[in-house]
Amino acid sequence: MANAIEVEGLRKRYGGLEVLDGVGFEVAEGEIFGLLGPNGAGKTTTVECLQGLRWADAGHLRVFGHDPRRDVRRVRGLVGSQLQESALPDRIKVWEALQLFATIEGTGRAWEPLLEEWGLAHRRNAAFGDLSGGQRQRLFIALALVGAPRLVVLDEMTTGLDPAARRDAWDLVAAVRERGTTVLLVTHFMDEAERLCDRVAVLRGGRIVGTGTPAELVRSTTSEVRVEFSAPSAFGLDFLTGIAGATTVTRRRTGVVVQGTGPLLARVGHALVERGLEPPDLRVSLPSLEDAYLRLTAPLDDPVSS
Amino acid sequence: MRVLRELTWVELKLFAREPMTVVFVLVLPVVVLYVLNGVFGDQPNPGVWEGHSPVDFYTSAYVALVVATMGVLSLPVHLASYREGGVLRRFRASALPRWTLVGAHVLVAVISGLVGSVLLTAVSVLGYDATLPRDWVGSAAAFLLVTLAFCAFGSFLGLVLRTARAAQGLGVLLFFVFMMLGGAGPPREVLPDAMVTLADVVPLTYAARALRAPWLGLPWDTAATTVMAGMLLVSVLLVAWRSRSE
Ligand SMILES: Nc1ncnc2c1ncn2[C@@H]1O[C@H](COP(=O)(O)OP(=O)(O)OP(=O)(O)O)[C@@H](O)[C@H]1O
Ligand SMILES: [Mg+2]
Repeated sequence: MANAIEVEGLRKRYGGLEVLDGVGFEVAEGEIFGLLGPNGAGKTTTVECLQGLRWADAGHLRVFGHDPRRDVRRVRGLVGSQLQESALPDRIKVWEALQLFATIEGTGRAWEPLLEEWGLAHRRNAAFGDLSGGQRQRLFIALALVGAPRLVVLDEMTTGLDPAARRDAWDLVAAVRERGTTVLLVTHFMDEAERLCDRVAVLRGGRIVGTGTPAELVRSTTSEVRVEFSAPSAFGLDFLTGIAGATTVTRRRTGVVVQGTGPLLARVGHALVERGLEPPDLRVSLPSLEDAYLRLTAPLDDPVSS
Repeated sequence: MRVLRELTWVELKLFAREPMTVVFVLVLPVVVLYVLNGVFGDQPNPGVWEGHSPVDFYTSAYVALVVATMGVLSLPVHLASYREGGVLRRFRASALPRWTLVGAHVLVAVISGLVGSVLLTAVSVLGYDATLPRDWVGSAAAFLLVTLAFCAFGSFLGLVLRTARAAQGLGVLLFFVFMMLGGAGPPREVLPDAMVTLADVVPLTYAARALRAPWLGLPWDTAATTVMAGMLLVSVLLVAWRSRSE
């Protein structure tokens, strides 16, 4: 499949500060691609360079084959954006904003269903300045989609949304992709990335430190699993260290924690049953995207251990 | 074209929802003109108002004042607040053609300037029997030239001034200077010498003169027209230079 986005060797400086230091990734058409990273890592700078809103100092940038530095009008016609920071005139009404942007993108009255989808129907006649933070955010997402773009860039789409609205937003973004739209999603929420993204890239200090599907990223950074259960304090734990794959065993206030690799749950369970203990809360936590993310973005001299 | 029309329509509605600018642009001039007409009447006095009837003199001066206020107050305040608040970014990220936003603001200025002018003319003509434009085509041409000159200047101010507050402060200041010295206040003949010198550098003086000549059916005021055309040209160049360096 053709690439919707190609970035290679993207560099950007602000004054003396090297903000992007050779960023590179590719997004296939029809994919939901997530960009993760700590505050100030350069996520917004990267996606705004791609949209021609900031000037990239160096690098190869293509959006559906067009260079945003040379063909900015073309690119903007293909891309819908929800910017991390932007605004509308305070006194513009919700429906006026949608109609205006639909006219700009040349999609007529296609904005009507968006009002309903993004939960703005009852605020149709409200002025932008009177909307709550989450309502503004929903309006911006609707504006990003109003032009039926081939690529939609969502920079912290669900920041400020309540939990129900967040789930709705996920479903709607998934539906947008079903229609064939490519999605570039900047987010700080690992559950969001895990749920929506086909592939993600993790940015740290202006460099990509990991790319792949969420599962690949997890596998490549950590293979540690944790098994937990509660046990009477008299119950001896020494036998657990002998289990294949177990590395540490600790007794905590909340129960016993066995860390290690491999099929640890089955082995620990087997050993416990053999000794007559059948804890009802025996459970395993597999490494999550969040664990992988924390490892990838941890300062080099302070590796996160958990 | 559809985009320009839609954006202009939205911007017109936004303009009408902004009480501050509506008062300055549409209400205040009408009230002041009404009072001035009441005070000075329509009897020409050979010593002042260049020998014209005060009502006629002020009507053209206030038409010029309204479009000048649109240009130096309303337009820069809107542009600067768009930049400051991030509205400009929102538009820039869309497929909006580059000049459409400025074009829409200029159209809003022309349309609301026209509304203001009709109001002012109606007050003077119906209430005080002022002269309707003698040369309609010439008056319309002068109106357009003056409006575009001030809009171009205002667009430049809107690009240079970083905040809406700065634009508002400067705009209100210019409004009062224009009103007092540009022919919309005390007649030039009674101003002290220093003030006359100052009045000579106030662009509204020339705008009013350029408009007055065709309005009263007098010979074309070449000097005033040239000043307005020069202001338009210089402002357009400044805007072009400024938006390139953005
Ligand atoms: N216009 C600017 N001028 C100077 N420095 C800037 C500018 N924009 C961004 N930076 C710097 O570039 C770095 C990356 O910023 P960017 O906004 O891309 O981060 P981000 O990954 O989007 O962060 P966040 O998660 O907080 O949104 C930061 O250190 C920021 O201070
Ligand atoms: Mg950001």
